[in-house]
Amino acid sequence: MIERLLPAASTSATEIDFLFSLIFWLVGFWFVLSEAIFFGLILRFRKREGRKAQYVTGELQSEKRWITVPHLLVLVCDVFIVFFAVRAWHQVKQDLPTAPTQQVVRVEGAQWAWIFTHPGPDGKLDSADDIRKVNELHVEVDRLYHFQLTSRDVLHSFSVPVFRLKQDAIPGRVITGWFQPTKTGEHDVQCAEICGIGHGLMPARIHIETSEQHAAWIAANSTVSVAAVAGR
Amino acid sequence: MAETIPVGHAPEHAHEHHEPGFVAKYLWSTDHKMIAMQYLFTGSAMALLGGFFAYVFRSQLAFPGMSVPGFGLVSPNEYNALITNHGAIMIFWFAMPVLIAAFGNFLIPLMIGADDMAFPKINRLSYQIFLLSVLVLFVSFFVEGGAFGGAWTMYPPLSATAEYNQTPLGTTLFVTAVALEFVAFLMGGINFVVTAMNSRAPGMRMYDIPIVVWMIVLASIIFMASVGPLVAGAVMLLFDHNLGTAFFDPKRGGDPVLWQHLFWFFGHPEVYVVLLPAVGIVAEIITVFARKKLFAYKTVLYTAFGTGVLSFTVWAHHQFIAGIDPRMANVFTITTLLISVPVAEMMFVYIATLYGGSITLETPMLWALSFIATFLIGGVTGIFLGASGTDIYLHDTYFVLAHFHYTFVPIAVIGTFAGVTFWFPKMFGRMLDDRLGKIHFWGTVIPFNLIFIPLFVLGVAGEHRRIWDFTQFPELSAPWMRDLDKLATLSLWVMLSFQIVFLVNFFWSLRRGPKAPKNPWASNTLEWTADSPPPHGNWKELPTVYRGPYEYSVPGREQDYWPQNVPN
Amino acid sequence: MSSARPIATTRSAAGMPTGRLAVWWVIASEIVIFGGIIASYVMYRLAHDAFAESAAHTATWIGATNTFILLTSSLFAVLGHKAAEHGDGPKAARMLHLTALGGLCFLLLKSYEWTMEITHGFTITASTFWSFYYTAAGLHALHVAVGILIMLIVAQTAKRNLELHRVELIGLYWHFVDIVWIFLFPLLYIAK
Repeated sequence: MIERLLPAASTSATEIDFLFSLIFWLVGFWFVLSEAIFFGLILRFRKREGRKAQYVTGELQSEKRWITVPHLLVLVCDVFIVFFAVRAWHQVKQDLPTAPTQQVVRVEGAQWAWIFTHPGPDGKLDSADDIRKVNELHVEVDRLYHFQLTSRDVLHSFSVPVFRLKQDAIPGRVITGWFQPTKTGEHDVQCAEICGIGHGLMPARIHIETSEQHAAWIAANSTVSVAAVAGR
Repeated sequence: MAETIPVGHAPEHAHEHHEPGFVAKYLWSTDHKMIAMQYLFTGSAMALLGGFFAYVFRSQLAFPGMSVPGFGLVSPNEYNALITNHGAIMIFWFAMPVLIAAFGNFLIPLMIGADDMAFPKINRLSYQIFLLSVLVLFVSFFVEGGAFGGAWTMYPPLSATAEYNQTPLGTTLFVTAVALEFVAFLMGGINFVVTAMNSRAPGMRMYDIPIVVWMIVLASIIFMASVGPLVAGAVMLLFDHNLGTAFFDPKRGGDPVLWQHLFWFFGHPEVYVVLLPAVGIVAEIITVFARKKLFAYKTVLYTAFGTGVLSFTVWAHHQFIAGIDPRMANVFTITTLLISVPVAEMMFVYIATLYGGSITLETPMLWALSFIATFLIGGVTGIFLGASGTDIYLHDTYFVLAHFHYTFVPIAVIGTFAGVTFWFPKMFGRMLDDRLGKIHFWGTVIPFNLIFIPLFVLGVAGEHRRIWDFTQFPELSAPWMRDLDKLATLSLWVMLSFQIVFLVNFFWSLRRGPKAPKNPWASNTLEWTADSPPPHGNWKELPTVYRGPYEYSVPGREQDYWPQNVPN
Repeated sequence: MSSARPIATTRSAAGMPTGRLAVWWVIASEIVIFGGIIASYVMYRLAHDAFAESAAHTATWIGATNTFILLTSSLFAVLGHKAAEHGDGPKAARMLHLTALGGLCFLLLKSYEWTMEITHGFTITASTFWSFYYTAAGLHALHVAVGILIMLIVAQTAKRNLELHRVELIGLYWHFVDIVWIFLFPLLYIAK
């Protein structure tokens, strides 16, 4: 359902979109039913000459059923939603999958820009060939990424809508999360936590590239050449 | 003070022995009804200010870079200050003073058959502290560096470090104003609770108390039990900001997330603090205009109790992605979804009350019914946010914003209009114009939906809150999204301009409206047995209560209502 | 506007005098305020071992003496209540004065203690422990000071045998202030 408005470009996006649709149909049913009954009753029981209102206390069991039964059904729906919500949460936030080809990128929030550190040709962070970019994140499609999220000053929130991903950045802490892009393209990265005057001025972009494009980008941007790394 | 001679102000009720002067009558009164009016007028003026702020920043969003008529260009700095103060004003300086303080002050003594609050002077003091908080907030707009712009949630380190927020004085004054407001409502709340517990008319048992009184009392108790940690937190934040302590500074051993816990431990119950009085007002109105007994009075109370207790266990759903232990999210998902059960049941009760009624659609009834219809939208969309999985995506998007406006606008705006149009005859002794009232109703409710339904869609499409200009984001610049943003803004303009109809109706009826009888709606509760408006002391002889408040259309009685104070 | 009390104040549908009911609600709301600060302190304390080191610098003997002084003053508050119940206003006033004197001693000793600590460099910004130390104890000291003021006003009227029920109310508040200290003392001074 979300996909009609915004592409889903990561593995977790599918999971979250499913949960969204599930909740939409469940609560949508209750919503439409309640509103229909509500407006129906207003129409049905408009004041008419010679008809007196009924005296219903709602204290009798037979009357109370009209609200206790729906209320139990709501509870059942809640159990459903909780189950799928927890499942999605588990997969997206609680678990940290690993893969032999995984990459690590560092994401730093600062007033007022995102600073992304990509591993260079050696595939490792904190080495001479790291590629640092402001407001520009480059990743390879279908590859598992871990991100190390931190902040230099105040709270920020790293949000990539096409991944359905969001995580606050807290100064003094490094929060590790993951994503796995599934589609190439170029998309917005926003800051989702107010961080001062320039909060609205942190428009970063994520570039999801094929492995060839990505390798070319690394080669073009790293200060250390690919050959030098390979020869080491 | 009793001896004050009226100076330069024509006494309206010349028949009273000594008419107090202007100051004594309007500013220094201990009469609960006058204090209610002070809260009502101050709160409504603040609502207009908050509405003006919304007009300014919504105009900037729809037409970025436009010089907004009446304000000028909106800088990012000013934008942040406007949204921050819009939120804080609408909750702390409009919803709270009007729904709890104004209606609480006006209704509690009148509905329980007392001549005043238990502590009239403390009541007056609580308003004065509230007024002081308003003034401190005003000052914060004009100090050097500008008003605070770190959102009404005041998350540190932004709010705790002048270097980061760049509004050193504005921040201090903002936090001080909020803290003062809390003190005012603590005092007022204690007064409400004690008055309702102790000062009831002879014969009024627990289950004879009108629902709205119950709800205001429960709201006061929830407020009292939840605000304490935040009062302590506000002191800590002020110390961090001004003395250089490090409660919330991660670089020196503090923890910014602690503030979020303190804030939301209060902040979520606060939603129910303003919700309960509004549903109370709705209960009074739908029973009168449907001529029906409230369906399952005790169930309503249980659901209110249940909501109140549960509201203390859900706060961390505001922090799912704030860096808390991910395992905690599972617990808070469960508690949050559980709270949908009592709230849904409460709505079912109201809908069931309509069954078998004899419904007439005067203005107050239209407001009360529209509360139910729109609050349901706010309720069901909350499920998306309580479920941790979807919240990862929807957190801090316009979906959240639309969701809580679908709860707060029914609560604060619709609830207030319902209450004011219903009790206006009792408050001012005159009738409002029903035709103008209906024009105002439709002119408010239709644009309200046209503002926030587009915002739901924009939120799902990935638009985040608190962003000054969306055209910098290529994906958010899609023409259909910009058009929806314009639709929302234009609807806001329409909604705001229709408030003029209300103001005209209000002030015209105040002077020229037809005189109101004692009980224009044929209602059961005690306030309708006093004069309109009630004099100081409310009744010459205080009433005695014989039955519950909702005995409408009792079989075998000629009249379709049966006031609480009539012996048989 | 006469100064006579409204009938609302004199009713007691809940079976408790209005004043006492109100004081209990005041105490309830104060409990959550102190509860918030104490809970925050305990959470930090569990997370940071460095607190114990800072706490070692507090003057336990002054804290202990102050505990003793406050407890004693509470005893006078009880005696004052007893006197008021027997209708002996002047005696109640004397007892309240003694209670206030205890509060004053507490404050004097506290200011001596703080002066000493500040001159040793343990200011409110020295560490998170000291921030909590001064904020929590300072908030408590503020309650003591306000209590003393109200107590003197109550004693003034009680001396003339007026409004004797207020003696009990201020006593309730004083016991609460006392109990808060009983929580703060071990947390700030003893738990190392």
